[in-house]
Amino acid sequence: MSESLIEESILSRPTYGTLKIVPGLAHYFLADASGAECVIRVVQELPRDMMEKVHILYVPTPGEAALITSLYALGAKRFEHFPTIEEAVSKLGDWLSDAKMGTQLYLAGTEGLVGQGVAKGEACGLDHTAVQCEHRGSLARRVQCVHCKTMIENVTTQPVKCPSCDLLLLVRDHYSRRLAAFQGVCINAEDPSEEIEIKEVFK
Amino acid sequence: MSASDHLIPVVVSNVVEVNPIIKRFEFRHVNGDELPAFSGGAHIVVEMLDDGTKRKNPYSLMSSPFERDQYAISVRRDDTGRGGSKFMHEQVQPGMQMKISAPVNLFALDLRARKHLMIAGGIGITPFIAQMAQADKLGVPFELHYAARSVSQAAYMDSLADRFGDHVSCYCDDQGEGIDLEMLLSNQPLGTHVYVCGPKGMIERVVETATNLGWPAAHVHFEHFLAPPVGEPFDVHLAKAGIDITVGAEQSLLEAVEASGTPINCMCRGGACGQCETVVVACDGDIMHNDHWLDEEQRASRQRIMPCVSRFRGKRLELDL
Ligand code: FES
Repeated sequence: MSESLIEESILSRPTYGTLKIVPGLAHYFLADASGAECVIRVVQELPRDMMEKVHILYVPTPGEAALITSLYALGAKRFEHFPTIEEAVSKLGDWLSDAKMGTQLYLAGTEGLVGQGVAKGEACGLDHTAVQCEHRGSLARRVQCVHCKTMIENVTTQPVKCPSCDLLLLVRDHYSRRLAAFQGVCINAEDPSEEIEIKEVFK
Repeated sequence: MSASDHLIPVVVSNVVEVNPIIKRFEFRHVNGDELPAFSGGAHIVVEMLDDGTKRKNPYSLMSSPFERDQYAISVRRDDTGRGGSKFMHEQVQPGMQMKISAPVNLFALDLRARKHLMIAGGIGITPFIAQMAQADKLGVPFELHYAARSVSQAAYMDSLADRFGDHVSCYCDDQGEGIDLEMLLSNQPLGTHVYVCGPKGMIERVVETATNLGWPAAHVHFEHFLAPPVGEPFDVHLAKAGIDITVGAEQSLLEAVEASGTPINCMCRGGACGQCETVVVACDGDIMHNDHWLDEEQRASRQRIMPCVSRFRGKRLELDL
C-alpha cells in the first residue's frame, strides 16, 4: 500500500504525518483497511503492560478478515470493528465521552476517515496536539456540495456531479475541518450547457 | 511605552491583616471613578515611593472582576526581599494616596475550557480568588486545590471553602496533607485546563506531571512571577542615552533605567512577559539571567538581557537603550 502522495496545496488542505506513540494516559486508534498497517506498526512496538491503555476501532473493507485478526491479536484493552466509518466514528465519540485528559488519538487511513476522526476528537474536547494523523490509501475525497449541502463520499473525479441537486461541482482544495470535507462548487454556473470532461484525479 | 506609564491615582481604602504575614490592601480611584475592567488572573503594578526610591511591584488582583469600584491585592511580607513587601506592610495606611497601573492579564482563564482545574500554593491563591468569581458567574465547572504550610498561614482558606463549597479542597503541610498530583491530573475530563500559581517547585511538579500524563501544553497554564532579586550594585552604560547609571543593591536594573528617565518597555516586571527584552551592546562579565523568558541559547550568547529581574557582575555592561 502506498504512503501518502498528497502534494502541497493551499493552507486549509490538511497535511499528515506518521503515527508515533507519545506519552499518554490512554491511546485511542481509529483506522480503516488502508491504515491498519500503521496501527499494527506502532502498537506492536509497545510493551505488554501498556496494552491496558490501548483502544482500537477499525473499519474493514467488506469481506476482509486477515487484518481484523492481526489487529485483534495485538491484545488491546478494547477492539471493535464496524462496517462504516460513520458507525466507528460515533463509537469513538462514546468512548471519548468518558476519556480523561492525557488521552491521545491516532488516526490512520483515507482522508474521509481521518477527517471525521479529527472532527470527532475536537468535538469531544481533545486538543489538536493530542491528535495524530497518518494518511494511507486512496486519495478519494469527501466533498460537500456547497449548494445543497449534500455530503458526497469517495469522490475520485474532477469535476463531480452532485447526486442530489445534479450540479456539476469543481472539487476544491478548500477543506472544512468542522465538516471534514472538501468544498464542491458549481463549475459551469455561467453556462450550464457548457460541456466539461470528467477525469479521474483523486485515486 | 508600557502599562505602568499611565498610572491611576488611587486612595488606599482599607488595609486588613489577614494573618501575621499577609495583609490585604484595597484601592479606590481618587475621584471615586470606576476602575478599568479586568479578568481573573490579571495583575496591577503598584508604585511605591519609599524615601527617594521608586519601586514598582506586580500583584495579582483578587477582587471580583465584576466589581469595579475597588481593587484588592494581598501582599505577603518578605523580609529578605528588596523591601517592597516590607514597605507595603509597614508604611501603607488607609487614606494614603498611591499610584497603580491598569490591569494586565498574563494568566487568564482559557474560555474554551470545559473545566478549570486550579492549583494554588501559599500566596499564589490570589489570582484564583478573582478567577473563581469569574468561573462561578460564567457557570463553567471549576475546582480549586489549595496547599499551604499551616492552617494559620493559609490565607482565605476558610472563607473560600464557605463561599465555593465542594469546589474547594484544602491541604496543610503541617497536618501531613499534600496534593496527589498524579491522581488529580489523571482524573480530569477531556477539555480541562489546569492553572498553577505558587512556589517554583510546585509549578515545576504540576507541569512535569501533566506533561508525562500526556496533557497538551496548551492546556497547562502557570503564573511565574519573580520578585527581582537583591544583589551587589553594578554600573551600566546606556549607549543611546549616552549615560552611565548605577543599579543599587535593592533596585532592579529596570528601575534604575526608569529612574534615569530613559524610555524602556515593560509589563510584568517579573521576568515572564518578554516586554523588557533589551539588546546587550557589550558585555565583559557575567549576566545573572533570572528570567523565564530567554532560552538557553540566548543566555549563552550574552546578547540579550531582561532588565526587570536580571543583574550583572563584571567589568562592563553596555545596553542598547
Ligand atoms: S517586564 Fe516582563 S519580562 Fe521584564
